[in-house]
Amino acid sequence: MDFTFTEQQKMMKKLFSEFAQKEVKPLAAEIDEQERFPKETVNKMAKCGMLGIPYSREYGGAGADYLCYIMAVEELSKKCGTTGVILSAHTSLGTWPIAQYGTPEQKERYLPDLCSGKKLAAFGLTEPNAGTDAAGQQTTAVKDGDDYILNGTKVFITNAGEADIYVVFAMTDKSQKNRGISAFIVEKGMPGFTVGLHEKKLGIRGSATSELIFNNVRLTKDQLLGAEGKGYSIALSTLDGGRIGIAAQALGIAQGAIDETVPYVKSRKQFGRSLSAFQNTQFQLADMQTKVDAARWLVYDAAVKKQAGVSYSVEAAKAKLFAAEVAMEVTTKAIQLLGGYGYTRDYPLERMFRDAKITEIYEGTSEVQRMVISRDMLK
Amino acid sequence: MKKIIVLVKQVPDSTEIRVDKQTGTLIRAGVPAIINPDDLAAVEAALQLKEKYGATVHVVTMGPPQATGMQRELYARGVDSCTLITDRKFAGADTVATSNTLAAALEKMEFDLIIGGRQAIDGDTAQVGPQTAERLNIPQVTYVNEIMELGNDTVTVKKSLEETEEIIEAKLPCLLTTLSGMNQPRYMNCNNIIDSFEKEIQIIPFQELGIDETKVGLKGSPTKVYKTYAKEVSGETEVFNLSAQETADMIAKTLKVKQLITK
Repeated sequence: MDFTFTEQQKMMKKLFSEFAQKEVKPLAAEIDEQERFPKETVNKMAKCGMLGIPYSREYGGAGADYLCYIMAVEELSKKCGTTGVILSAHTSLGTWPIAQYGTPEQKERYLPDLCSGKKLAAFGLTEPNAGTDAAGQQTTAVKDGDDYILNGTKVFITNAGEADIYVVFAMTDKSQKNRGISAFIVEKGMPGFTVGLHEKKLGIRGSATSELIFNNVRLTKDQLLGAEGKGYSIALSTLDGGRIGIAAQALGIAQGAIDETVPYVKSRKQFGRSLSAFQNTQFQLADMQTKVDAARWLVYDAAVKKQAGVSYSVEAAKAKLFAAEVAMEVTTKAIQLLGGYGYTRDYPLERMFRDAKITEIYEGTSEVQRMVISRDMLK
Repeated sequence: MKKIIVLVKQVPDSTEIRVDKQTGTLIRAGVPAIINPDDLAAVEAALQLKEKYGATVHVVTMGPPQATGMQRELYARGVDSCTLITDRKFAGADTVATSNTLAAALEKMEFDLIIGGRQAIDGDTAQVGPQTAERLNIPQVTYVNEIMELGNDTVTVKKSLEETEEIIEAKLPCLLTTLSGMNQPRYMNCNNIIDSFEKEIQIIPFQELGIDETKVGLKGSPTKVYKTYAKEVSGETEVFNLSAQETADMIAKTLKVKQLITK
């Protein structure tokens, strides 16, 4: 494995880092406090071509490699976990299944607007009674002539209400269980499709998280994504990629916490010495950075394997499991190093700590990642 | 369609430069090279003219071969072509030798408008733009903070002076120097970054300029740097432990005594 960046990757990283510093950091505290979706930032990201990074030129993407996209999520998340997940949910969860499983007509219809950022994407799998047990879908899509009638409710949907295009999963044949699930492309504004109340969350508070409610939504057969009954495998393969995005978000949050901590411990004096002169501080920082670098290695490895077209499901699970737990550990330690100041909203660390927690939960909990990893070991 | 040339220099990031106190020289190792901020404003101004009037934007740089990295970043911001004037013979050039070199290259190019930054953050002379205009025998307006209109034969600009502004119309072709505060330079674009590695960077070496060797580089530079040294910080320091109110009163009183403020 060699993660020496190409000149293109270096230039991309420079763009993402500059953008995060100038556009994302100044808004991070406010969108958290106000629980406000940063629409203006998303529009600026679109102008920079950041909403279609790994997708082909044919559909208006940048045609860059998957690692570039992962670095974008990482750099944004260093300053703001909310902004990181908006990009990840749009790129990995909403756009990817259309790029991967869409017909040429569906790709032509949806991808150019998604890559240019004219439209934002989201993914609807989770239901009140189908979280980790995603196979227990209760949303139904019943055939009516050539059309389907969609009924049901999705919960905890990232980018809900803000997105224009939703990849939604529903039972088309209950008797087939997993194999009776199908994927559909649902557009905002379709009759019968409404978005529920904004969820009030511990972290990533600027991210729009809501229910999707489908009440007799009529879908044409052109909106079926992949073959009927293929929805469950589409969902799982989409989540494999999404996990690398969330791992990158966790990685960014953890590195961002260290980046905030280092200047503080150098300037803060207690007992006549800067905190950085104490061996406890030095050892804590060394452990934090070592773990973050190890997490980065796992995340980039999964991204490079995905780009190479080799199996990456287990690597993605390891990357997400480890990066998420490192993000929790590092943000906890960072607050401890800042003491009382770290606990206040005058510093961004308490926000980073709150943002980190979700990375252990969404797109497969840490327990699910352990199941994926151990299943591969014990097969 | 109007052809705009932008003069861009790559400079060390002066916010990162430290001076070696022993030798008095600049510590350049590890200091990142950046696009000169006033020049970046010039690029942005040119790109805005391109969007408004349909012009083409061409970057011309004098510098070492590694400046091509900076030029790729300018492609990623949307410029149409990049040219690098580079040769060992140009090393050590002061503003006279630099403007000789730039003018020799520009004389061979077609253009309606040349825009350059007011000054580079490494030399801070603000001389290269005006000297180049003089050598090309074209009008110049310096300290431009707004390009109001690009007409068929003229350009109308706002020139910012310390206390006043002047609105000036100049005949094309002419040269403008711009201030970094005049606009918000755009970011690179991901699609353009990928494309920038497919784009050509035209290299112009010394022998293609048709200029005498004594006019360029160290040989063509009347300015000689005698010594570079770090400023000694002098003055005595007093430490006061007072309340905020008392501190403010004390500072105000001291400034009045020193006649640094009058009220």
